[in-house]
Amino acid sequence: MLTTNKQKYQQLATEHDKKRPLLRNCIRAFLVGGTICLIGQCISFFYMYFFDFTEQTVGDPTTATLIFITMILTGLGIYDKIAQFAGAGSAVPVTGFGNAVISSAIEHRSEGFVQGVGANMFKLAGSVILFGVFSAFVIALIKTALINLGVI
Amino acid sequence: MKIGKQSWIFSNKPIITSAATVGGPFEGKGKLAKDIDLLHKDLYMNQPSYEQAHQQLIEDATKLTVQKANLRYDNIDFFISGDLINQMTPTNFAARTHKIPFLGLFNACATSAGGLALAALIINSKSGNHVITGAVSHNAAVEKQFRYPTEYGAQKPPSAQWTVTGGGFCIVSQAGTGPVITRATIGRVMDLNQSDPFNMGAAMAPAAADTILSHLNDHQLSIDHYDLIVTGDLGAIGRDLLIELLKKEQIDLQKDKLVDAGLSIYKEDQNVFSGGSGAGCSTLYLYSKIIADLNNKKLNRILLVATGALLSPLSTLQKQSIPVIAHAVAIESEGN
Repeated sequence: MLTTNKQKYQQLATEHDKKRPLLRNCIRAFLVGGTICLIGQCISFFYMYFFDFTEQTVGDPTTATLIFITMILTGLGIYDKIAQFAGAGSAVPVTGFGNAVISSAIEHRSEGFVQGVGANMFKLAGSVILFGVFSAFVIALIKTALINLGVI
Repeated sequence: MKIGKQSWIFSNKPIITSAATVGGPFEGKGKLAKDIDLLHKDLYMNQPSYEQAHQQLIEDATKLTVQKANLRYDNIDFFISGDLINQMTPTNFAARTHKIPFLGLFNACATSAGGLALAALIINSKSGNHVITGAVSHNAAVEKQFRYPTEYGAQKPPSAQWTVTGGGFCIVSQAGTGPVITRATIGRVMDLNQSDPFNMGAAMAPAAADTILSHLNDHQLSIDHYDLIVTGDLGAIGRDLLIELLKKEQIDLQKDKLVDAGLSIYKEDQNVFSGGSGAGCSTLYLYSKIIADLNNKKLNRILLVATGALLSPLSTLQKQSIPVIAHAVAIESEGN
């Protein structure tokens, strides 16, 4: 019968754990995340140059285009391979949000459109929306309070 | 017959008369490819969902095992198996197809060894002539059950493992030719407070160590009794931890006498992080490779130690630590 205890084992397990390569992950995330942003910038310029968009209005079509590209890459099974390499680099930009929604939709297609796709599509991305909206609300509240108090 | 605290010794020689394995496309590119009986080219296996593909794998493997033994489903007395998908539907539904009297078993990835021990017990007590047992897993079905959607881009840490698509079954019989099941030890559930679902090896190693120690103690054996200890899916981290844990208990298990199934299925360049895992991991290796080696006397005595992590996605989210289990089954080449 094994005689080790939780503390001793935790120590042993920590010694043998394979550490996440933090520096390498950061560099990769920076490079891939930067590349995605660069592509986004090129798309923005494209819309501004060829269509009637301004710097203020070009955000929406650019985001939509990036999400469309993500959708294709997710459907073809490429995006998760990029993500294993890039980590946060492909998770933080809007493409990561798109991938979370699209992958859930694909995954739950077998359970039907309503209870499957519809109910599970925002399984992962739902909390991004919830806490995004909530933190925007809190910030707006603080800003309004500060304006009314005459601080800013 | 019970021996010691938690072990059985089988004096009536339950024999593994037939074994067959199936695998998926990724396994087809691995080290074991030429030893697997049936390889699927596509992860869907012509089924509408991954869960049904999982079921297809079980049906294929059981069919091949029965065919190899020159038997029919009617001749098999009992079917003992299980999987990790919700309410075990792949195995339950496969049992609906072949209609062999069925006992569903859940010990996560230790199901294979638990099932084999039970099958040997049934045969040894002459409560049946043929029992089919084994387990299969399907990468995408298990990912969906335990982790994220298959196409979701989440970076896995190097301690993570890759669920095997595939597995195998065997028939344990009263008479025939093949390796003999001689001993078994039923594990107890351990919990050393490991809680990282992306480091199963570290969670499961203590269960393997505990079961090996109990096995040796109950049967009054030394570790040298066995040519090889075959663990299920400890992976690189769990394997090293098992050696360390045993060393602390004054048992010197040499590295070359311990082989982990999870580390033996894929090639180096397939990047499966710390190794393969899943209910089918141990069976795929055992029934593709080890049984053949026992049959042609390359190996004489082996101890299968399959480990299972008894967590659920819910228990992980509720911040519970991971309980683990391991069962051991000793298999010897015939006439030893």
